[in-house]
Amino acid sequence: MRRFIDLHLHPSIKDLDQVERMIVKSSELGYRLVGIPLLPSVTQDEISLLQKICKDAKIDFVSRVNFTPKTPGELLHDLRRFRQRFEVVSVTCTSKRVARQAAKDRRVDLLSFPVTDIHKRFFDRAEAELASKALSGLEIEMAPLLSLSGYSRIRLLSRLRREVAIAKRFNVPVVISSGATNEYLMRSPHDYAALATLFDMPLPYALRALSEDPLAIVERNREKLSPDYVAPGIRVVRRKTGV
Amino acid sequence: MRRRYLALKVVSEQPINGGAVMDAVWKAVLQLFGEYGASQTSLSLIDCNPQKNYAIVCCSHTAVEIVRASIASITEINEKTVAVHVLGVSGTLRAIRKKAFL
Repeated sequence: MRRFIDLHLHPSIKDLDQVERMIVKSSELGYRLVGIPLLPSVTQDEISLLQKICKDAKIDFVSRVNFTPKTPGELLHDLRRFRQRFEVVSVTCTSKRVARQAAKDRRVDLLSFPVTDIHKRFFDRAEAELASKALSGLEIEMAPLLSLSGYSRIRLLSRLRREVAIAKRFNVPVVISSGATNEYLMRSPHDYAALATLFDMPLPYALRALSEDPLAIVERNREKLSPDYVAPGIRVVRRKTGV
Repeated sequence: MRRRYLALKVVSEQPINGGAVMDAVWKAVLQLFGEYGASQTSLSLIDCNPQKNYAIVCCSHTAVEIVRASIASITEINEKTVAVHVLGVSGTLRAIRKKAFL
């Protein structure tokens, strides 16, 4: 049975009631794992609290950080400082230079692009080629598709159609996430898969973007963050004791 | 024509009647797929429970994804913010009622 994942649930962290309601709703809708973006300065207590809420709702919690750097240098600085603290790192690329740097850096898990300014969506073939080599994924948030209407939604759909085709051609994993800021913007995985057909994503491919592809990212990072990890394919199996 | 029944749950602070739900579904289908797409759906309302905010709609089996995507895109009914979730899809009314506990 598929484990559905929403890597970007976006409640207001300060409003714990809302956080709890949205996590419970995710569980009801059939998700088994949710990612919530946190501030880089988040404390371990706050993470523990979120983990507890998720555990009570029988759902797995993934810590995630979103960076929106203005320059490639700022991105590298943020990655050096915070990569080890979060299970998933997403970069919102607002300039082409940042997009290229993020795509070629193996520490970046997800590339996301502004939805309101179509000219700032830099996911082209060059970007896809870099992302493919660095195992980064393209994140598609569904909340804007629900909240936009008219010409802006048409333009977004057209752009997403192009990006999905490029991602498929270069084997870049696509991750569909809700990006929901409240319960009314949350939908079940099958509803998101149906919505993804609007930008020509076949149903099986969309379901994979809601389950296997994000799960692979989370599992890879959890392995990397475990104390037994040494390098890709190498891990500590036993430690010498009593010396 | 083979049919598919979809059980819907409307998440709203107010009770919603069947006519309003169908208006919202038709509006969403027309917005996303146009009149040509809407003509292929054979959409109709089968049942509605305004107290529990449940509804059952019926469509052609070839148009399930069109209807599902349209339903997922609904964010407002009667100018009130809502979310409409598809609880299940089935080929018979009896099965859909069983599946969605209606």
